Amino acid sequence: MNEVKRTCLYQAHVDLGAKMEDFAGFMMPIVYDTIKNEHLAVRQASGMFDVSHMGEFAVKGKDATKFIDHVFCNHILDKEPGSVTYGMLLYENGTIVDDLLVYKMSNEEYFLVVNASNVGKDYSWLVDQTDDFDVTVINRSEEISEIAIQGPQAEAKVKQLLGIDLSSLEFFHYGYFEYGPYNLLISRTGYTGEDGFEIYASDDAITELWSIFHVGGVVPCGLGSRDTLRFEAALPLYGHEISDTVTPLEAGFKFFTKIDSDSDFIGKQALLDQQEEGLKRRLVGIELTKLAIPRATYEVYSNDELVGFITTGYLSVSLETPIALAMINRPYNKKDTQIQVKIRNKMVPGFVRDKKFLTKNYKTKGA
Amino acid sequence: MSKVLKGLLYSNDHEWVKKLNDEEVLVGITDFAAKELGSVVFVDLPEVGDAVEANTEFGAVESVKAASDLVSPVSGEVLEINEDLVGEPEQVNEDAFAAWMIKVKLSNKEELENLLSAEEYEAIL
Repeated sequence: MNEVKRTCLYQAHVDLGAKMEDFAGFMMPIVYDTIKNEHLAVRQASGMFDVSHMGEFAVKGKDATKFIDHVFCNHILDKEPGSVTYGMLLYENGTIVDDLLVYKMSNEEYFLVVNASNVGKDYSWLVDQTDDFDVTVINRSEEISEIAIQGPQAEAKVKQLLGIDLSSLEFFHYGYFEYGPYNLLISRTGYTGEDGFEIYASDDAITELWSIFHVGGVVPCGLGSRDTLRFEAALPLYGHEISDTVTPLEAGFKFFTKIDSDSDFIGKQALLDQQEEGLKRRLVGIELTKLAIPRATYEVYSNDELVGFITTGYLSVSLETPIALAMINRPYNKKDTQIQVKIRNKMVPGFVRDKKFLTKNYKTKGA
Repeated sequence: MSKVLKGLLYSNDHEWVKKLNDEEVLVGITDFAAKELGSVVFVDLPEVGDAVEANTEFGAVESVKAASDLVSPVSGEVLEINEDLVGEPEQVNEDAFAAWMIKVKLSNKEELENLLSAEEYEAIL
């Protein structure tokens, strides 16, 4: 067994009285105060998350752009340096290795941010694909730490507390900034459905920033609220909405693929075939009409027929209704289909709805 | 520190039992269990008239993150449920010993002898 790792903020979490648990091999804070208070801080003001457990890879070489275009299901050829792109790595059969962010430095250099639980698998898989490319994949997960500052006041807090003006940093773009002796890579990205930033830097820098933000009133948030927030925004979590048994089309993320372009990428043919044959199931939203909490893996029925399963569900913190994301077989995925979720041997009634549980409050240019 | 009330009976599953008379008891979860769970957002209780069985699940108490089974310390018939907990599940965190969940008419009084005293329960925490 590998020893459970600690992020550079471990002591800070313990000092704050966090409930700590092993997540993807790291002792991580689940909650400091209550999940609800932390959730609402991000929706209404600002919160911060230690996400130093995330994996980071550098991809460098003459063929870096060709390589990313080959392994990444979303568009990359049209992206400029300074851009961040969300997408997935796929197996040949179209199911998902992982979802990730791709930061473009230049045509010869990219920075990939992947799920902590998949770092080893992703690294091996990427290296296995490099044979025909002049490219090197470097696992930099150990040396890079990361915090996310999220919420409508995130931009104001960064300006007030670090003196860094991010007002011109566009959504899904990044820049390099300095704070004292530290170099920071900051992107306008996140996993909450709110405006906000992700900051990558050394352990020393991240430890100091965390303390400054904490003193400055940014609320420390654990993985508990990170999950309720991303869920309300219908953002997928690997192992739940997406996995190595699900394709991006089934999960409703065709928008994040380039299957309609000329780019060839691993898994493309499988997705085209699946599209042609017609999808057999889709990720949908579900709302219960009776108070109960639909949780991941609970079975979904239509009358007596098993038609799918819950991927994530909560009594929504913002909306206070029982809602869920669920993978549902056709044709039961149609809106307003009456379904039942099996909760502790009781059939709890509900219906299929859209996944827009919450309007996202991103700060995007234009309009 | 979690509270343990004297005079109540306890199960290893962190439920408490309060004897109302020879035949009827109230059942709830302990302060320790409530603290372990975090903020309770939903309490799923059986119907009045349902049968409960000792060491068997009769409902659930749920935090934002997870559902925990309620395991009955006694067997019998549910005479009443605490309807207040449906609208205000946070009462479980505020005072776990006041937030009773079900009132049970015992079908086997001898089961009470298997339960722990306050002192015995405190020792397992």
